[in-house]
Amino acid sequence: MKHAPAAAATQFGATPKRSLMGALGWAALALLLAWSWRGAEIKPGELIAHAGNMSIFARDFFPPDFRDWRIYVDEMLITLHIAVWGTALGVVCAIPCALLSASNLVPRWIYQPVRRVMDACRAINEMVFAMLFIVAVGLGPFAGVLALWIHTTGTLAKLYSEAVEAIDPRPVEGVRGTGAHVLEEILFGVIPQVLPLWISFSLYRFESNVRSASVVGMVGAGGIGVVLYEAIRSFQYAQTAAVLLILIVFVSVIDLLSARIRAVTI
Amino acid sequence: MSAHAAPPALQIRNLTKSFQAGRPVLNDINIVVKSGEMVALIGASGSGKSTLLRHIAGFLPADTGSILVFGRTTQADGRVAKNIRELRAEIGFVVQQFNLVSRLSVLTNVLTGLLFWVPLWRSLLGRFSHTERVAALNELAAVGILEQSNQRAGELSGGQQQRAALARTLVQRARIILADEPIASLDPESARHVMEMLAQMNHDRGLTILVSLHQIDFAIRYCPRAIALHDGRVVYDGPSRNLDVAALRAIYGNAATELLTPVRDASMPTTPVRQPIRAAHAAA
Repeated sequence: MKHAPAAAATQFGATPKRSLMGALGWAALALLLAWSWRGAEIKPGELIAHAGNMSIFARDFFPPDFRDWRIYVDEMLITLHIAVWGTALGVVCAIPCALLSASNLVPRWIYQPVRRVMDACRAINEMVFAMLFIVAVGLGPFAGVLALWIHTTGTLAKLYSEAVEAIDPRPVEGVRGTGAHVLEEILFGVIPQVLPLWISFSLYRFESNVRSASVVGMVGAGGIGVVLYEAIRSFQYAQTAAVLLILIVFVSVIDLLSARIRAVTI
Repeated sequence: MSAHAAPPALQIRNLTKSFQAGRPVLNDINIVVKSGEMVALIGASGSGKSTLLRHIAGFLPADTGSILVFGRTTQADGRVAKNIRELRAEIGFVVQQFNLVSRLSVLTNVLTGLLFWVPLWRSLLGRFSHTERVAALNELAAVGILEQSNQRAGELSGGQQQRAALARTLVQRARIILADEPIASLDPESARHVMEMLAQMNHDRGLTILVSLHQIDFAIRYCPRAIALHDGRVVYDGPSRNLDVAALRAIYGNAATELLTPVRDASMPTTPVRQPIRAAHAAA
């Protein structure tokens, strides 16, 4: 045979395909962006027109006012405590929920409902949960912990279960072959395979929870968010700048630390 | 034979299984293996060896037929026994890819052989007793990889991993070992070691061994009896030494080539032998 038949050449991509679907996809994306432009009221002109105001506003932030730095650091630590507990409770609850929403471990009639509940936990922003929990347990950090807990459970359960669904089934069968109980199969066959990923996801979630915890504070759920919100509302921009700088330093340090820990565990 | 004669290690009756309607992977299989036998299960790839072994351990339900291990039913008429965990504890299963948990230590992998025997609360806390650990270490010594017991299973060579898998079946106190192509991904030297270890387990501990192989030489060398599968049917059941080239050609036709790939001896210079597997195709 000297030449591949024309049909085979086409089938295996001798000539690149120009698909109609591809072109339609790009057109749809362009339409979506154009449509959202109006809804989002994007006005680049305003940025230029009010440049003067912006620079005056920006000048108010400097120099940052660190007179009350002790309060800021204390509140920042409370934010950190909220994130620690919100993440810890989330991890504990996410593990069983993840196993129950993994399609390779449980039948459809279990994983579908569990997944929908996790979707609900994840779909609602921490801030909204915080406002709801403030009604239940009053103003303060505990409402923040509860809000992060629910949201983190939903997010980690999804990430964890996706890791479980990607495992190699053969070692699990190896454990099953010994006459092991299904819980033993999970503990000895599944968990060791997903553990590095789970740790990585949990640390990443902790980082984002520190950021979220500073925001849930704004609705009254304790921590640095309360201070930040009050400073902005009372036009104390120099103090706002100081709070923001402390927030940035904390978040950066935690990001760096958790990156280190992740590198060690894998 | 007395009325109290021990039941055979394995009894398969009229076992049939199809994954697609009208295309049986296992077609009316009938096999009896006596306790203490070492039997080779021969067949080209796709002949149904793995599927058959997986049915014995109750990993797959058949369509019809039954399987008894030491007189106790593991599955009958498409239903896996309720007490399958108890029965699996008697069945040691090793496979081509070892099925060890690569991130766990070799010792922990071997300790999983005890999972049926250890109370659930204790195994879930990962608390194996001193005696249990010693037992596992003894079996690791027996298969010759005691030194590696604290390494991760994934760091071991293929041959060492297969030995760890064998140690697991020993710790498990299995009475029958099902080995699904245990040497197919090993170098000739390791392959021979693993086969010798299986023969030793059969000889010294009286374990019944059913080992699937696709190299007839190994079957003849280590297993007195061979059962040959072809397209899901038992096409030969008898002394393995009778399976010469002519017999295999009669059974498998051109597919016999796959079974006749010579076993390369470590002492001999290894000359790559390319068998014209698709000779029939090329000619057509």
